[in-house]
Amino acid sequence: MSGHDHGEDGVSRRKVLECMTWAGTGMLWTITGGVPRSLGIIDSAQAATAAAPGMTFLQISDSHVGFDKPANPNALGTLEEAVAKINAMPTKPSFMIHTGDITHLSKAAEFDNAERIISQSKLDVHYVPGEHDFLDEDVKFYRERYGRGTKGAGWYSFDAGGVHFIGLVNVVDLKAGGLGNLGAEQLAWLEDDLRGKSKSTPIVLFAHIPLWTVYPEWGWGTEDGGRALEYVKGFGSVTVLNGHIHQVMQKVEGNVTFHTARSTAFPQPAPGTAPSPGPMKVEDARLRAMLGVASVNFKQNEQRLAIIDTPLQR
Amino acid sequence: MKTLNRRDFGVAVAAAILLPATAARADDMEVHIDNFVFQPAEFTVKVGTTVTWTNRDDIPHTVVSAGKFRSKTLDTDDKFSFTFTNAGDYKYFCSLHPHMTGMIKVE
Repeated sequence: MSGHDHGEDGVSRRKVLECMTWAGTGMLWTITGGVPRSLGIIDSAQAATAAAPGMTFLQISDSHVGFDKPANPNALGTLEEAVAKINAMPTKPSFMIHTGDITHLSKAAEFDNAERIISQSKLDVHYVPGEHDFLDEDVKFYRERYGRGTKGAGWYSFDAGGVHFIGLVNVVDLKAGGLGNLGAEQLAWLEDDLRGKSKSTPIVLFAHIPLWTVYPEWGWGTEDGGRALEYVKGFGSVTVLNGHIHQVMQKVEGNVTFHTARSTAFPQPAPGTAPSPGPMKVEDARLRAMLGVASVNFKQNEQRLAIIDTPLQR
Repeated sequence: MKTLNRRDFGVAVAAAILLPATAARADDMEVHIDNFVFQPAEFTVKVGTTVTWTNRDDIPHTVVSAGKFRSKTLDTDDKFSFTFTNAGDYKYFCSLHPHMTGMIKVE
């Protein structure tokens, strides 16, 4: 680790990184005329970004810092590669959202390492927690770092570029046999947060576990996610961004676009294709391709995300 | 390797005891977490039995029975034990992956 920023070592390392396939999430979004559209993963997005006016922001997810199992013995390293890619973008995004599972086991050192790497992007980062971020005994490390100014277990909203962003928490108070959970208190807050907003305000909802039901057999969905979606029903443009399932999936229902992001740490199997949703070990040479640009669904010059369920694996 | 063999032996013994499902004894029991599943998911033990859960996944899990017991987060190969001193049905689940459920009947 030490010294890679200096002299020839740094240059050669950078070149190596450039030659490596982009690992992990880096979904770039741009908002044109109030409608977010996906520009695809960073590499593909760069050309489009240069021409696209309006605000851009980045989504990363599931960095699982501390994970060191066979599916990726160096999750911190692939996060670092992701940030290096972000830093190499010709157009700087306005900010970044992180849709949870920053760490693998909620250890202080894992949070510190994640912060050390992600802060190198020099972007404002808006976090929501994953279930892996609430594992410390006192459940305080995430809140101490990212909970300031948030409600309840960490939900909040903010406005940027004419868009209303809402970060939700669906990883606490989970019920036996159930899915992700928002809870009555958060739903009441959400309803109140949206009250009085013009229906033409573009809405971005982001949370760790998908708010739509992807695959309940593996817990991939949110028990009361439908309630949240009812509150945003009348709005002209709604985009729902999630992580948790470590693969790209997207669909459009009416004015709502759903999208899940890749992990920067390890892939997970497509629904039902493995005995469990656990980390999927692929050949070393395939790891980055699994997570990388090759599998991104990229629709150029479309005003909206296309109604596409991206193939789970290519 | 020695511990692995011992563990597998223990499972075999436990399974053999369980085969006649009603013949529960106050022997210690082991539950393995493999592929996001508690195995065995349901069984019957006698009061005084200690059950030990072992997480064999690459993902952390917990063992939680509301108001009865709650493990810390179990990383790979971590264990949690609980001794059942009262009869009853103990439903439990993984608080991180709530679709993972199990039940222990204590007689």
